[in-house]
Amino acid sequence: MTLNDTDLLSQAGSIENILRFDDIEPVLESNDLSVAYGGQTAVSGVSLQVPKNSVVSLIGPSGCGKSTLLRCFNRMNDLIPSASVKGTVNFDGQNIYGPEVDATEIRFRIGMVFQRPNPFPKSIYENVAFGPRINGMTDDLDEVVETSLRRAAVWDEVKDRLNDSGLSVSGGQQQRICIARALAVNPEIVLMDEPASALDPISTQAIEQLIKELSSEVTIVIVTHNMQQATRISDYAAVMMAGEERVGRLIEYGTNQQVFGNPKDKRTEAYVTGRIG
Amino acid sequence: MNEQQNSILSKGRQEFDRELGRLEAELILMSGLVEKAIFDALQALKNRDIDRSQKVINEDDHIDQTELEIERYCIELIRRQSPVAGDLRRIVASLQIAGELERIGDYAEGIAKISITMGGQPPLKELIDIPRMGDMAVSMLKRSLEAFISRDAEFVRTLTVELESEDDEVDDLYTKVQGDLMELVKSDPDNAERATYLMWVAHNVERVADRAMNISERALFQATGELVSGTTMIDTNVD
Repeated sequence: MTLNDTDLLSQAGSIENILRFDDIEPVLESNDLSVAYGGQTAVSGVSLQVPKNSVVSLIGPSGCGKSTLLRCFNRMNDLIPSASVKGTVNFDGQNIYGPEVDATEIRFRIGMVFQRPNPFPKSIYENVAFGPRINGMTDDLDEVVETSLRRAAVWDEVKDRLNDSGLSVSGGQQQRICIARALAVNPEIVLMDEPASALDPISTQAIEQLIKELSSEVTIVIVTHNMQQATRISDYAAVMMAGEERVGRLIEYGTNQQVFGNPKDKRTEAYVTGRIG
Repeated sequence: MNEQQNSILSKGRQEFDRELGRLEAELILMSGLVEKAIFDALQALKNRDIDRSQKVINEDDHIDQTELEIERYCIELIRRQSPVAGDLRRIVASLQIAGELERIGDYAEGIAKISITMGGQPPLKELIDIPRMGDMAVSMLKRSLEAFISRDAEFVRTLTVELESEDDEVDDLYTKVQGDLMELVKSDPDNAERATYLMWVAHNVERVADRAMNISERALFQATGELVSGTTMIDTNVD
């Protein structure tokens, strides 16, 4: 298979290649979700179920709509004026795109960590306390900050310098502080957009370990370009692909073991084995 | 992804494909060595050709060495390429098949050693069923390798079923050989020593057929991801 097989690349996955959970209620579920920017469709017809307390990785070649899809899961695309979303994303029994839903509240319950660490130019303490503070939680802030930094596995490294700037620590520590910031408001889901791609191998390992540990209490959806990382940390993997017209579609969704061990769609096989990229 | 990146990606992938091709070629060569060893060991036994038996024993070092080289190459590919999906299955299956072939080489060596131990004595009975078992086992070995090389799920499934039935035939012949030899021992206990030699030869040949079955099961794993052992199928897609 080559990148010239655009007809093939632009087809959605066969329904039997998309894992569905009959016996459990997914914590997050998109149904026929499509996203367009200024009338140009970027993602089309994605129906994906995310089980509670699992790690789901979104993988696929550059430009296939992984980050666009991820941003739909907490309405981050609302911040882009030209973006329009069709279909539904059900979270906790309601469509987060429903008219009565407060997008800001959704973003607290479904947090996000970005590719490059983006601590605010404030102290480490204030970075983590930011979310609780604007949510009106002023009691026990010290405890919330400590617990969040501990959950993000960075407490021991920064506990003696909580008043230092969040920008004064290493990239790996900054990213874990950003994760602590997301955790401070007790989200049910954390979305991660290539959270370790700008980090060195040791920091990457720390983030991966953290993701595995967090997944016992938080659901994580992660975009990654690193196949080995996806194999190491995810319970499930969703594969997206786009043809020449640049419309991203879900082509396969399954357990980590199935997608990386024995993919059903030959495009997935071609992607994970580096034949297309 | 720009054209230059695609070109680099494609070159890297082509290189990996060449390496996988080389791995397959090494396995085919090793299989050839092993088939020849079994054939030579049985011919030497039948013709009482001690020199040829000794040659089989000497050649086994070469087979062992080839297995080690394949193993090292597989480990190197895993280390360097971090393979997944079909690539991973292909390398893992190759590693296991090399091990199976090495054991088959040992069976050939075992037959050759028995033949030398028998010295100038003629076989207790005319060798008819054991060479027949040998022909069937070598044919099974060749076909299981064909299945591995094809990587065609349907072909491998069909062939595995056929080989299972042939393996049953080899087992039946083995039981018949055992029965015949036991009768000869009962009729004259002095036959016991020579009967035991042939019993061991038949046992080694029967094990060759079993190992050929194992190879076809690895071929099935490579082509489909299904892990099977005998008739027990394990679906690797289920956690």
